[in-house]
Amino acid sequence: MRSLATLLFLGGLVFLLTILTGALPFGEPPMLVGDAIQKAAADEVGAANFVTAVVLAYRGLDTLGELSILFAAATAGGLVLGSAQGGSNRRPAGFIMRAGTDLLFPLLLVVGLYIVMHGHLTPGGGFQGGVVLAAAFFLPLLARPSETLSHAWLSLVEGLAGTAFIAIGALALLDDKAFLTPLLNKGVLGELVSGGSLPLLYLAVGLKVGAELASLLSRLASDEATS
Amino acid sequence: MIWIALTVVALTLGAALLVLLLDNLLAAVAAASVVSLGVSVMFVILQAPDVAMTEAAVGAGLSSLILALALRRLGLIRLAVGGDAGNDDA
Repeated sequence: MRSLATLLFLGGLVFLLTILTGALPFGEPPMLVGDAIQKAAADEVGAANFVTAVVLAYRGLDTLGELSILFAAATAGGLVLGSAQGGSNRRPAGFIMRAGTDLLFPLLLVVGLYIVMHGHLTPGGGFQGGVVLAAAFFLPLLARPSETLSHAWLSLVEGLAGTAFIAIGALALLDDKAFLTPLLNKGVLGELVSGGSLPLLYLAVGLKVGAELASLLSRLASDEATS
Repeated sequence: MIWIALTVVALTLGAALLVLLLDNLLAAVAAASVVSLGVSVMFVILQAPDVAMTEAAVGAGLSSLILALALRRLGLIRLAVGGDAGNDDA
């Protein structure tokens, strides 16, 4: 009976949404922002990946908000999960897991750093690369549960990266520009050192996301605090 | 291209149904990961590689890892292998 009511409710919702969207004109009014950004981004920002130009230059403040949301979530998770002291007393994983981890760790590290460093050139960036980095540092914990990540170091990296992001953004204020305006020389479009301060910003984002998620994952993997 | 897209959509919807129907929670987490993977392939087909990378890394990788770890921590993982099911939880 309850599932029937749910089904009826869902059917009504779909009907309502169909009527509503059917009455709206599709593609009206035309979005002009995308075209304008595609024309202007290469000259104004100097990042070959226009998505990065939007994420860090035109809408840098949104990224700061995203970072703070992630920070709040990781902090709340850490608060709920408690401090991870002394790792887990599970048995070590089997040979295949341990050997595979040893093989994958450097690969994941290189891929994660590559994605972070080339965020202004190719698809990807600080968030994606940061997740890959967190996975790289979490894998050894799965293979050898007795080991732990140093949470003091992770907090230090996270705090410094977050401070660096805000500091780079605030430096633009000294120049009488808006917060998070790209600084430094734009360089040649498509080269590794280009786009002004965008690679630095993405490096900060990558380190912050990686440290936060690695700390969250290691807390989740550790045993319940018994004391 | 349309057939690839249709196959991916069918796979994604099938995996989404499996999430609801499976009794084994770990298998449901794996199916949810497959949903994210299918969605990320759809993003590639729609030429949004940035979003596809985020979906693959966060949706398929990280969130299913967090869900699986949460299951382990809550002692809800029931592995039907061997006789020591339930002894492995914290």
